[in-house]
Amino acid sequence: MTAMQDISGAVAAPDAPVLAVDGLCVSVRTENGLKPLVRDLSFTLRRGEMLAIAGESGSGKSITSLAIMGLLPPPAVRVTGGSVRLGATELTSLPESRMRALRGDRIAMIFQEPMTSLNPVLTVGAQLVEAIRAHEPVGRSEARARAVQALQAVRLSQPERRMTQYPHELSGGMRQRVMIAMALALRPEVLIADEPTTALDVTVQREVLDLLRDLQRDMGTAIILITHDMGVVAEMADRVIVMKDGAMVEEATTADLFARPAAQYTRDLLAAVPRMGAGAARAEVTGDTIASLRDVVVRFPLRGGLLGRVTQNVHAVEHVSFDIRRGETFALVGESGCGKSTIAKAIVGLVPHAGRIEVGGQALEGLDAAGQKALRRRVQMVFQDPMAALDPRMTVGALIAEPLVIHGVGTAAEQRARAADLMARVGLSADGLDRYPHEFSGGQRQRVCIARALALNPALIIADESVSALDVSVQARVLDLLRALQQEFGIAFLFISHDMAVVENISDRVAVMYLGQIVELGTRAQVFGNPQHSYTRRLIDAVPVPDPTHQRAASLRLAGEVPSPVHAIGHGPERVELVDIGGGHLVQKQV
Amino acid sequence: MAAYLVRRIVQAVLILLGVSFITFFLLYVLPADPVRQIAGRSATAETVENIRRQLGLDQPFVVQYGRYLAGLAQGDLGRSYLQKTEVAELIASRLPATLQLMLAGIACELALGLGMGIAAALLRGRLADQALMMASFVTVSAPQFVVSLLLLYVFAVKLGWFPIGGYGTWRHLVLPAVTLGILGSGWYSRMMRSSMIDVLRADFIRTARAKGLTRSRVIFRHALPNAVLPIIAMIGIDIGIFMGGIVVVESVFGWPGIGQLAWQAIQRVDIPIIMGVTLVSACAIVLGNLLADVLAPFVDPRIRLR
Repeated sequence: MTAMQDISGAVAAPDAPVLAVDGLCVSVRTENGLKPLVRDLSFTLRRGEMLAIAGESGSGKSITSLAIMGLLPPPAVRVTGGSVRLGATELTSLPESRMRALRGDRIAMIFQEPMTSLNPVLTVGAQLVEAIRAHEPVGRSEARARAVQALQAVRLSQPERRMTQYPHELSGGMRQRVMIAMALALRPEVLIADEPTTALDVTVQREVLDLLRDLQRDMGTAIILITHDMGVVAEMADRVIVMKDGAMVEEATTADLFARPAAQYTRDLLAAVPRMGAGAARAEVTGDTIASLRDVVVRFPLRGGLLGRVTQNVHAVEHVSFDIRRGETFALVGESGCGKSTIAKAIVGLVPHAGRIEVGGQALEGLDAAGQKALRRRVQMVFQDPMAALDPRMTVGALIAEPLVIHGVGTAAEQRARAADLMARVGLSADGLDRYPHEFSGGQRQRVCIARALALNPALIIADESVSALDVSVQARVLDLLRALQQEFGIAFLFISHDMAVVENISDRVAVMYLGQIVELGTRAQVFGNPQHSYTRRLIDAVPVPDPTHQRAASLRLAGEVPSPVHAIGHGPERVELVDIGGGHLVQKQV
Repeated sequence: MAAYLVRRIVQAVLILLGVSFITFFLLYVLPADPVRQIAGRSATAETVENIRRQLGLDQPFVVQYGRYLAGLAQGDLGRSYLQKTEVAELIASRLPATLQLMLAGIACELALGLGMGIAAALLRGRLADQALMMASFVTVSAPQFVVSLLLLYVFAVKLGWFPIGGYGTWRHLVLPAVTLGILGSGWYSRMMRSSMIDVLRADFIRTARAKGLTRSRVIFRHALPNAVLPIIAMIGIDIGIFMGGIVVVESVFGWPGIGQLAWQAIQRVDIPIIMGVTLVSACAIVLGNLLADVLAPFVDPRIRLR
């Protein structure tokens, strides 16, 4: 490595910056002239340093990283001023052929979406070998050996086998490790990690963050960590740059930033971050039962063989039982694939189930079409992606009034008046009624979805990852809105989320799911204050804490992946038995 | 895989049965009378009835169709009414010429279509892109016989580079194959362009660029294999449309294939030949689709046949 640096001339003095950005401006060409995306940004990155660039969507943090890599989407977006120096090399004026020689070799990048960032038709091995051979004059077999080493370095099990596998055969966490292996195979001086763990489950995020830190320690790579998650910043970074609207708001060491945020924006941002243990104590909700699930099972058949008969089942939900009371927020937490969304779909009748589901004392099983329609008046859903959940060709007014139209409630004038009313109730101005969803921001769109869910005065609203796609400041306001609506209308929420901190802040009772079954269930205080199941503890421990002084217990590194929920006909997972350890706190019986 | 193939072959047999029934039924209800064609205009009513009885065309539909199926089961496609030869022999003697033209035509179609599509995607928004898409629009909307006659006139009659018609050498093959290629290239170029543009926006292309790969490697190794995935399925579907083009092109260029055979048979209501050619074409379409589906997992490892 040292030899390479000498050739590149990157090392002048031990403390000299590896990367220096000075007055960087990036603009996009629009019909109304140049629009700045990044304005006058300056910072330096030292050897072995981890610098976080934090900010909400649209702050210009990803554009900055693409500008450094020379990967801005041409021809509309380009660098319009300033300089980026890697060692002694000025990158902004470098011809593409020389920039290409640097990319992947001296400066590498990993991206947010591990599921789509690898080529689906090439094996992992081919993609790694290609990255190595693009920069070093080595033969196929030597490149292959180095690729295997790189996979070992990111602690992937069975590296030889992974070489011959295709990306779709690996889980998200494994794919992100492959991306890291690919980026670090040539030991670059600078690694840009753009939201590297945002798309991953919290326990997988923990492993990947640990891995990044270990690799940085071993290799001395300087890392720019781009993230919206202040918890990740607090745990990982040495220094932080906070960006907003394309400009730097504040730069400080991590300890200083969290202890003494100078800018008002930073203070607001930190205040909006959901923190574990910050949830206000809430009186126990003792209303009557709105929804009740008993032994609910959802399985999806897999067909195979000559006649296409069912040979296997995906056991999505297994023997789940719980009640939701009027005015209560009941949270389902668990990692992707644990069956939490499937339960939501079963409650609104979108997937067939076995067992018993009652909503408002009415059993779901054996309902005719009219009965199902009546049921849907009582249960409404708010989804994760508000843009996808709103028909782009309908006005917001029509969208909010649509449930009323479907159920024949009121005249057209009354429906419109109700829509205006609901808009005001969720904090939107009623003159937005005739506008289209794309004219609203992400948070406003989610408010429209909530207004639509409220239109029929439902007893239960299912919020399936409803705040996960929102920036923290927006998220905090939407959560406030949900709480206010609950108090005003006595609505029960089934709140589905992978975000433990959000759940801890909003819920009355919590059920933790693993592989289709509930392994722990209790009040918020019981589950978060006295977690009994090892999986619950692991979930809670894995959450990055937005406090750099926080000492994390030596992490329990888990080995291996979550087992498959697919079982042959007649077989299934072992049934989890829950026992009450006092005060209604149910935990899996330990064998 | 074996189970999959068995299921697909059973499906194929059912499809061919359906095709045979529909074609037979349409020919039965057609107002044109094959016996009149055989007997000629001056034949007496008695002669006509005799021929009708001989050919079994006086029988009810169910009996006629039943007999045809019984023959089919033994590999007997019947005898041509007019040429007095076995249909199977006629088709067998002409199939090689058609297969040759088909393969050459599809090769031209793909080379032209994919080439234009890739070029347009890479030059997106520029004048060349617009020109290419305009050209593809022209080829999609141009009638088959116009393109055939135009090429024939320019390259055979005026320039004399290729023979006017017939069969034998590669020089005979060029014009009909290029005609088919031009006719089919428009769809492929448009599909390929949009597919390629989608893929070039994909995250893994950004990854490939971040690795420092050359532009040509990013395009040909990473983008192209992903962009052709939807095209492969399209080739299977397209064979049906392609067969329609072959009938016209073979007739214009005097290419002695089954398309020309079909053209002549249709004009003379020679039912056994029409049936035979239809079934062979249906076979080609079913086989083409099967081939495209079986090949798909080799191109896209995410696809599994079951």
